[in-house]
Amino acid sequence: MDIQPYLLLSAITFVIGVVGVLARRNAIIVFMSIELMLNSVNLSLVAFSAFLGDVTGQMLVFFVMTVAAAEAAVGLAIIIALFRNKQTVNIDDINILKW
Amino acid sequence: MIVIRLEDLLYSAPLLVLTSSGLLALIAEAAGRDKPVISYYTSLIGVITSLILTFLNLGAGVPVFNNMILQGGYAAYCNLIFLSSALLSIVLSRSYLERMQYHRGEFYVLIVFATAGMMLMAAALDLTIVFLGIELMSICLYVLAGFMRKKELANEAALKYFLLGAFATGFLLYGIALIYGTSGTTNLVVISRSFAQLSGNSLFLIGCGMLIVAFSFKIAAVPFHMWAPDVYEGAPTTVTAFMSTGAKAAAFATFVAVFVRVFDIPGTALSSVLALIAAASMIVGNVTAIAQNNVKRMLAYSSIAHTGYMLSGIAAGNAEGEQGILFYLVAYTFMNIGAFGIVSWVEQQEDRKLKFDDYAGFSARQPAVAVLMSVFMFSLAGIPPFAGFFGKYYVFLAAVKADMTWLAIIGVMTSLVSVYYYLRLVVLMYFCEGESDVAAKVPLAAISAVTLAAVLVILLGIYPSLLVDMTKGFFKI
Amino acid sequence: MTLQSFLFYLLAVISVGSALLMVTRRNPVIAALYLILNFFALGGLYLTLHAQFIAFIQILVYAGAIMVLFLFVIMLLNLGDVKQLTERVSYKKIIAAGLSFALLMEMLYIFVYAPSDLPTSRFEQAATIGTVEYIGKQLYTTFLFPFEVASVLLLAAIVGAVILAKRRLN
Repeated sequence: MDIQPYLLLSAITFVIGVVGVLARRNAIIVFMSIELMLNSVNLSLVAFSAFLGDVTGQMLVFFVMTVAAAEAAVGLAIIIALFRNKQTVNIDDINILKW
Repeated sequence: MIVIRLEDLLYSAPLLVLTSSGLLALIAEAAGRDKPVISYYTSLIGVITSLILTFLNLGAGVPVFNNMILQGGYAAYCNLIFLSSALLSIVLSRSYLERMQYHRGEFYVLIVFATAGMMLMAAALDLTIVFLGIELMSICLYVLAGFMRKKELANEAALKYFLLGAFATGFLLYGIALIYGTSGTTNLVVISRSFAQLSGNSLFLIGCGMLIVAFSFKIAAVPFHMWAPDVYEGAPTTVTAFMSTGAKAAAFATFVAVFVRVFDIPGTALSSVLALIAAASMIVGNVTAIAQNNVKRMLAYSSIAHTGYMLSGIAAGNAEGEQGILFYLVAYTFMNIGAFGIVSWVEQQEDRKLKFDDYAGFSARQPAVAVLMSVFMFSLAGIPPFAGFFGKYYVFLAAVKADMTWLAIIGVMTSLVSVYYYLRLVVLMYFCEGESDVAAKVPLAAISAVTLAAVLVILLGIYPSLLVDMTKGFFKI
Repeated sequence: MTLQSFLFYLLAVISVGSALLMVTRRNPVIAALYLILNFFALGGLYLTLHAQFIAFIQILVYAGAIMVLFLFVIMLLNLGDVKQLTERVSYKKIIAAGLSFALLMEMLYIFVYAPSDLPTSRFEQAATIGTVEYIGKQLYTTFLFPFEVASVLLLAAIVGAVILAKRRLN
């Protein structure tokens, strides 16, 4: 089996994640879409790693997971802090967050 | 197999000392309740020690830790910028946070860890470290932006910064993955050796494009700048000072490390893309800044414009460009942190908001501070003999040498526009009547920090060669 | 069709399907559950690439820890109320979707039509590098420095999360 199907799958899920980030208004779902993007990159990295016969890609995936865990902790803490003040996680209700 | 050599530890002493001081400050905060001052002094001592060690380490760069990072040389030079920015921010923050009733030791811990992340970004010789350094810095900054957690605007700023920052991380990683997949390595030195061959590879170029997107987010270049004004406005002012100087300088340091020192971009499509981003940043930043009524937002748009000026140095991709950016970063750091320092100071001492009109008649109330503010404004506007002028001069010169005269022309034209809004503040301070207030007491540490920044802005404006000579040997890894 | 490609296509369908369902669900709890399904499918895909260690930490860390944290926060904030969750469709979303689609097409084009740019297969080595033993050895030798950086990063994140989310600070 070739590497292409893996890379295609990775690109498709990455773009689904990008659409989720740009189109959704619920901060938690936006954040989950970002996690989806990171995971699809991980698939590319593991595929490259396997087909290059080199371990660096898998190491990167390991660090990406560490960072994703750290980001999840901080990001959800930010969402909780916001919710305590505003009782909402909808980006449309947040004044400066229109992009 | 020897994993870590003793030399590795010695060469990376600035980094290790700084990180340890962050850990000590954290322990101090945990042990001694309600005494954030201990963390303040611990982190201050850590930053100053690290600064001294960096000065001792300015010689040739040495790769350490299995070629993961470079210490000395380019990295040391950049460390000076980050550490000065951290030092000034820490000093300015204490009185600001006490006033705002958010004075907690963790603030300093996060500043120190963010600085460690910046040092890694500049030192990185491997894309793994680029990634981890950016993330270490960003995670600390997300928290710092929302540090005033009872303030709605701060929550919103933190959320916006976080969501867009994490989104950019996705692109950064995809870029790294594609570069790794096509070159078979994440080591920048190895990639630089095979760049000529890789630059014809479309996947590799897409990877580079994704890196440009991610870095442009971090340096707030148009069209990836939309977070900057809101986050700069919502974050505590001293954090804004730190973000707009240290964090921006760090993002530029990696940008230069990857795109100038490793990749040989002149003549490739990447160089034209960067030139376009630079031009757009200069135009959008300067034109939008005119319409602002809030000084923090004005400075935010001005920082987008400065991003554009500095990016023209990267687009040029030659030795002059690298030297120009490195000089510009120092000048920009001191003038911007000084300006934000005064803004934070006005905010806390006079209980005023951040509008332009609040500065009317400022010179009558605070003559000394008004002079300092004018120095920073003149320098930001690029008027000689202040450091900002030479920064612009060097990067535009580099653009001309790289046959991008059009970029230099846009740069000069838009700088002329910028003179309007910078001098508007000076005019307001000196020639308009304001409400007569009793002069507030000046916190000595904060005012000496701002004065130091002003002195450096003037000194570097008169003797730019002090710095430029240091950067001569840096071009290419 | 070999076992590897059969598993690949099965898991690919699950992965894309769950991703699509995740970004279109209105209720965050359901979206999170679809994301967990997606992570399980990815774990399976890693196994087809002989990355055993990564496959298992994918399940343990992502599905087991990170997504539980998400679900915990969603339930803590009580975001299940469907009435509050309606979102407007604006022209921006259509532009966003269009741009993303263009990006996708460009990438697909390059992956399909420029196979010479892709790494030539050395797949037979993959089975040896994916083991826990090999990865552990690399992690504590070549990648020791990034490993230490990651520990500082986690510490910073813990401090930050506590500072922002703790109900009462002294």
